[in-house]
Amino acid sequence: MGLVIAFWILAVVAISAALSVVLLRNVFRAALSLILCFLAVAGIFVTLSADFLAAVQVLIYVGAIAVLIILAIMLTREVQRGSPSNKLRIPAFIVAVLFLGVVSFAMINTQWPVVGIPPQEPTTSALAGKLFGEGGFILPLEIVPILLLAAILGAIVLVREK
Amino acid sequence: MTIGLEHYLILSTILFSIGLYGALAKRNAIIILMSIELMLNAVNIAMVAFSRYIVPVLLTGQVFAIFIIVVAAAEAAVGLAIIMAIYRGRETIDVTKIDLMKW
Repeated sequence: MGLVIAFWILAVVAISAALSVVLLRNVFRAALSLILCFLAVAGIFVTLSADFLAAVQVLIYVGAIAVLIILAIMLTREVQRGSPSNKLRIPAFIVAVLFLGVVSFAMINTQWPVVGIPPQEPTTSALAGKLFGEGGFILPLEIVPILLLAAILGAIVLVREK
Repeated sequence: MTIGLEHYLILSTILFSIGLYGALAKRNAIIILMSIELMLNAVNIAMVAFSRYIVPVLLTGQVFAIFIIVVAAAEAAVGLAIIMAIYRGRETIDVTKIDLMKW
């Protein structure tokens, strides 16, 4: 019962925060509601018994990406100009609503092969076994640092003064 | 009533649609980047929900969610660096005015 109440509260918070990201005029307030949305998604991960992912979500999204976005807003002085829509606003709205309708219809009408086994808890050691263990995801895990290194070098090269 | 897989999938779809609208309809490049982060988060919710309800002991969906988070972090870093470089050169991040390659 507590899980049901927690899910509904977190879902309402996440959706209203996401709506205010795209509807608020002030860019800085939009960034703050984006942080609220990230926190609500971390709570959703907790209700799905993904404890490690919830911690990662708070550390990376709320900690790192949010700070990066707020720094970019500060450095570009776009706060005064607000966040206006372009002339594709109504077609974009129609596309989004159509997407929502079609995908919701497909998801409700599909028979998902749900199994009734209770989930694994805690997930940290199981995830480590999955990532580093035999027959796991060791090759993608080795490619990820190369991607991160390339991203860091690219970001430094792009923002460096000539 | 209990919370099932469909509830999480519908929540994920709603968040993805909001992000889609923001990415298509906004002029400010930073808001577009924020909408893309919203869409990646929505996909993460769907991944973890599938992992929880369909393969509860395998955790494959959570592994993919971790990789998505890493790629999202790299994308945010490079994207914001590109926005800073454009702002330095053109004094604006309005994507309707960045039309050098439009004919």
